[in-house]
Order: sequence, then structure tokens, then C-alpha cells
Amino acid sequence: MQQEIVELIIKTAKELGDEELSLSQELNADTQLFGKDGVLDSMGLVTLIIAVEQAIEDRYEVSVALADEKALSQARSPYRSVTRLAEYAAGQMQDT
Amino acid sequence: MSAPVTLITGTRKGIGRHLAEYYCDRGHIVYGCSRGDPGWSRENYKHFVADVSNEGEVKPIFSAIRREHGRLDNLLNNAGIASMNHSILTPMDTVKKIMETNVIGSFLFCREAAKLMKANKYGRIVNFSTVAVPLKLEGEAAYVASKSAVEGLTNVLSREFASFGVTVNVVGPVPIETDLIRAVPKEKIEALVARQAIKRLGQMEDVVNVVDFFLKRESEFITGQSLYLGGV
Ligand SMILES: NC(=O)c1ccc[n+]([C@@H]2O[C@H](COP(=O)([O-])OP(=O)(O)OC[C@H]3O[C@@H](n4cnc5c(N)ncnc54)[C@H](OP(=O)(O)O)[C@@H]3O)[C@@H](O)[C@H]2O)c1
Repeated sequence: MQQEIVELIIKTAKELGDEELSLSQELNADTQLFGKDGVLDSMGLVTLIIAVEQAIEDRYEVSVALADEKALSQARSPYRSVTRLAEYAAGQMQDT
Repeated sequence: MSAPVTLITGTRKGIGRHLAEYYCDRGHIVYGCSRGDPGWSRENYKHFVADVSNEGEVKPIFSAIRREHGRLDNLLNNAGIASMNHSILTPMDTVKKIMETNVIGSFLFCREAAKLMKANKYGRIVNFSTVAVPLKLEGEAAYVASKSAVEGLTNVLSREFASFGVTVNVVGPVPIETDLIRAVPKEKIEALVARQAIKRLGQMEDVVNVVDFFLKRESEFITGQSLYLGGV
């Protein structure tokens, strides 16, 4: 499941394109998304999160809110990397 | 251009019902919600039984709109409750309920609506306050606190959502004869009306007029504003 979501996130980012996200590189599982060495600014993160929530809803028919208190805390943030975000999303999906 | 998709909260009765019927008649596709069954229906109207402060009940509304239309043009955060009581006599449960419905409900709907609106780079959100806020009305501490929060929320969201093409504004009605004010003593209402520049009760049409203005495409340059009726 988590691996599937990693791929979904990468695909979603690709579909949004460099312009929407102002990305200079393609994402992979280890890409640091946000925070120190992150590839996204805060608007890019918001754009990606909305798109990932919608992609998850389309694929799995569950509605998740990937909003998190720890967004800005470096160490525990689910927005740190693609893998962390996938892990977090999988957890949210289990809870709903 | 296809019919506007409009979501209105608190549509079972009162102002919300009037707005829902009005926009249906104007050719909008209208989605609405309230905790109870509406007991009325219209072509182009779809109702959800949902408490606006319950995330689990609210999310399916947005999922349905996305599935059925792929976009949302307008959100009217009309659902609201009040309590007329001296603060000393107001139970905590009442305060919590008011905050949950008026503040948390508005927040949740704004957040979810903005996600849909951003995709289309277009949206209009109207939140509901009251003249009790600028008038600092005694006997409505919790209600005024909640609506002040709605105005603060509106101000910040107008900035956060500006780059999405989404405007967020507030309409602040004067007393209008609905169940909301039915329990308020007549003298209280008269005293309140006396403080307005134009001294009469509000009508549904007065609210509709302001909402219409905020929803216009041409109002794209108007955001973060609170517009009070009656010259308050
Ligand atoms: N009337 C006035 O004098 C006046 C003045 C200034 C501002 N306002 C504002 O205008 C708005 C509408 O007021 P109104 O006079 O039309 O009130 P109302 O007649 O009491 O109607 C309130 C509506 O909101 C719904 N509602 C209440 N709590 C809800 C919840 N938790 N979740 C979902 N729906 C909920 C109710 O349906 P259910 O009970 O079925 O949930 C009902 O349809 C409010 O925001 C109010 O603060 C009114």
C-alpha cells in the first residue's frame, strides 16, 4: 500500500508539472519535500497536498485530510519526504 | 458557460433556505446541508444531513460535488446558532456548541471548498457575521465572540486564498425575523434596531443583495471585507 502511494505521489507531482510546483527535478521516494533541503515552497506544498488528497480519493474512494500539526517541525513532519508522506497517508486511510 | 455550483450551509430553514431556493431559481446547481431533514425540495437542489462541525459528515459533501461536477464556484457559510443570555448565566456547553457551529463549521467548509476552488482558479466564499459584532451587543458574548472569529478567519483566508482566485467576504445582517431571534424579547430587538442608521428589520432580500454582489464575477477585486446591513 505504502509503495503504491509513493508512486501515486510521484505521478501526481508529475501531472501537476514544474510550473504548478516550481520543481526543478522529478520526485523520487527519498526526495525531501518540505523544510530544510525541501524542493517545495509552502504554496507548492499546499498544491501537492490538495492534489494527492484528490488522487487518493479517486483511486481508493476514501477521503483523507493530509493536514498535520507537525507540518513545520523538521524532525517529525509528514511532509519531510515522499516516503514519509506516503506513510502518513496510509495511516490516515486506515483510520477512516 | 455552465451553471454555477453553489454550496450553502444551514438550508433547512431561515436565511439558508431562502438563499438555496433563490439560487436554484436563478439556475444554480445548489448543494445544502443541515442537521435535520429540510422538508422542502427543488429541482437542482441536493441535501445532505450533516452537522457542519463534524468533519466525517462534511467531507462526503465535497466528495460528491467533486465527483458530480469537478468544481465548486460558490460557498455560503450560513449555518449558525446564537444564544441570548448574560455571560454570567451562559453554560459552557452553550459556548462550545456556538463555537463549534459558527467557527469550526465555517473553518472546515472554507478549507474544503478552497481545495476544490483552487483547481479551477475561481471561487467565491461568503461567511456570515452579524451587526451584533460592531454594536458590541450585551447579552450575546459567546455569539459575538464566535462571529468575531468568523471575521478574523475571513480576513486571513482572503489573503491565503487570493492566489487561488478565491475571494472571501462577510455579510453582517441586522435582525431578520427567523427562528434565530424569535426568543429574543421584543424590546431588545427594538433597542438594537434603534442603533442602526436605517431603523427597520432586515429582509431576506437585503441579505440576498449583498451575497449576489460578492458572488458576481466582477467582484474579483473585493475580498476580506465585512459588509453590515442597516448602516451599522
Ligand atoms: N436572523 C437574524 O436576525 C440574523 C442576524 C444576523 C446574522 N444572522 C446569521 O445568519 C445565519 C442564518 O441565520 P437564520 O436566522 O437563518 O437562523 P435559523 O433560522 O435559526 O436557521 C439556522 C439554520 O442553520 C442550520 N444549522 C444550525 N446548526 C447547524 C449545524 N451544526 N450544522 C448544520 N446546520 C446547522 C439549521 O438547520 P438544522 O437545525 O436542521 O441543523 C437551520 O437551517 C446565521 O449564521 C446567523 O448567525 C442572522
